[in-house]
Amino acid sequence: MTEPPGPVARPRQSAGATGPAVAGSTDVVTVRGLRMSYGHYEAVRGIDLDVGHGEIFAFLGPNGAGKTTTVEILEGFRTRTGGEVRVLGEDPAKAGPDWRTRVGVVLQESAPEAWLTVRECLSMYAGYYPNPLPVGRALELVGLTDKAGGRCDRLSGGQLRRLDMALALIGDPELVFLDEPTTGFDPAARHTAWEVIAGLRELGKTIFLTTHYMDEAEALADQIMIIAAGKIVASGTPATIGGRATAATTVRFTLPDGVTAGDLPGLPAPVTAGRGGTVEILHDEPVPVLHSLTTWALQHGYPLGDLTAHRPTLEEIYLGLTEEPGGAK
Amino acid sequence: MSMASLVGHQARYDLRAFRRNTRARIFTLAVPVVLLLILVSLFRNGTVKAGGVTVKIAAYYVPHIAAMAIVGAGLINLLITVVAKRESGSLKRRRATPVPAWVLIAGDASTSVVSSVLIVVVLVAIGSLGFGLDVTGAAVGLAAVETVIGAAAFCCLAYALSGLVATAESAGPMAQLSTLPVYFISGIYIPDNVLPHWLLDIANILPVRPLAVALQAAFVPATNGGQRFAVVPLLVVVAWGVAGLIVAVRTFSWVPKRSG
Repeated sequence: MTEPPGPVARPRQSAGATGPAVAGSTDVVTVRGLRMSYGHYEAVRGIDLDVGHGEIFAFLGPNGAGKTTTVEILEGFRTRTGGEVRVLGEDPAKAGPDWRTRVGVVLQESAPEAWLTVRECLSMYAGYYPNPLPVGRALELVGLTDKAGGRCDRLSGGQLRRLDMALALIGDPELVFLDEPTTGFDPAARHTAWEVIAGLRELGKTIFLTTHYMDEAEALADQIMIIAAGKIVASGTPATIGGRATAATTVRFTLPDGVTAGDLPGLPAPVTAGRGGTVEILHDEPVPVLHSLTTWALQHGYPLGDLTAHRPTLEEIYLGLTEEPGGAK
Repeated sequence: MSMASLVGHQARYDLRAFRRNTRARIFTLAVPVVLLLILVSLFRNGTVKAGGVTVKIAAYYVPHIAAMAIVGAGLINLLITVVAKRESGSLKRRRATPVPAWVLIAGDASTSVVSSVLIVVVLVAIGSLGFGLDVTGAAVGLAAVETVIGAAAFCCLAYALSGLVATAESAGPMAQLSTLPVYFISGIYIPDNVLPHWLLDIANILPVRPLAVALQAAFVPATNGGQRFAVVPLLVVVAWGVAGLIVAVRTFSWVPKRSG
């Protein structure tokens, strides 16, 4: 019924953020009509997006949807073929070293700096910036303090991604791009990474996150945008995206032994009976359905132990939106 | 931080990584030493005809193996390093920082130059202490300058070739394949006087033999008609370096080949 609580504390208005969070006035990223073609193939087909100061923006989409291309344009690695892009007030395709000091990038693919220790690697990167964080502080932010003396190429996959994050943070950037930061993580490592990312918001950083994982977007993001086949197909908050807040609720339970669907009380919505006595009732308003149902169950002493009422999960919304043509809602 | 100290900063870490890299150390430092020891021990008291004069075996092989060692450090090791860094995403990640591209290039190149100088010093010391190579201040000073020029030229060629190599795995074999025949026709392993003239003519316009000839003249000026400073061969080396630089500027890539 209500949105499930995320695993990470999620203050919508960051207490640590500076400046007013007025939409449009403090936008860190502004994109209008962005297009990118590779020969005849159009990977990005005119997208608009805005990321406000201090926000965590989650950019979702299947492989090949244009997600990485878009991020690489925003990071200044690719030159777009059309549209307007402003990142921290500059065009990333033309921005210079000063702009680079304000942007941190965690790449999707990464490998250790061979032969150096974690601390040496961070010290090397710190030397590229005018006002870097102390190496110890960066290690602390990502929870790698106890690995400082270890060689980079001997870290586990999760530790390596955290080192990547520390490398992106060492220059104390205002905006951080995280491209699929938890791909391949086990659940515990993923939750650790989420805490690190949530911690960055506390520092007032703006975060542009791409991910395959709906739970990740739900746990972290203030704003979600879904791209499919080069176009934006949905945008909103985790609670409202894709019409999720107003979508019909499914009430589901298993009929007690000896009871058939015909024995149910009059309900405001049609009943769908499945195998093994499971019953589903789909309705825009779950309250009257549950009221009639639970009154009936109490009268007859049925426990209805597996009774659930649920709105579509973000994953279901996402799959519906990114289905191949014909399946889109 | 000034640009010069930024290059110093970068070179410090690149050198540290090189020092810990066993493959690079064996390949660039140990292989030339072992080869020199084998070759000069085999023909211990022999002589070789080079540039029309007869020279001691050590006076022939020290400059020739030194040229090979410079190719190993400047071209082969740098090519493998750059392609591996590109394929692992390390180049792209550094590109995402405010550090200028040329600082990164200068860092890697200075590692190659420093290791080239180091190995040439070791080779000359072996020749001088163990095998009667005549060493003068003028010879060492000129050889050092030529080593730096040669290493820098082969660094440029390494960056040019990096655009042609798709993966880190293929970088090593490809570098070996392209240099080994050149070593043979350049008199690195087989003395000049055994090679047919037309092969030497080809080798003279490739970059390896001119570097060997220039280093040879630094130690035995008589092989170059009495001129210690072999200007023309050195210019051939420089020309290759400039050509490499032009190709590198046009084809160098910060991102892995496969992702286009």
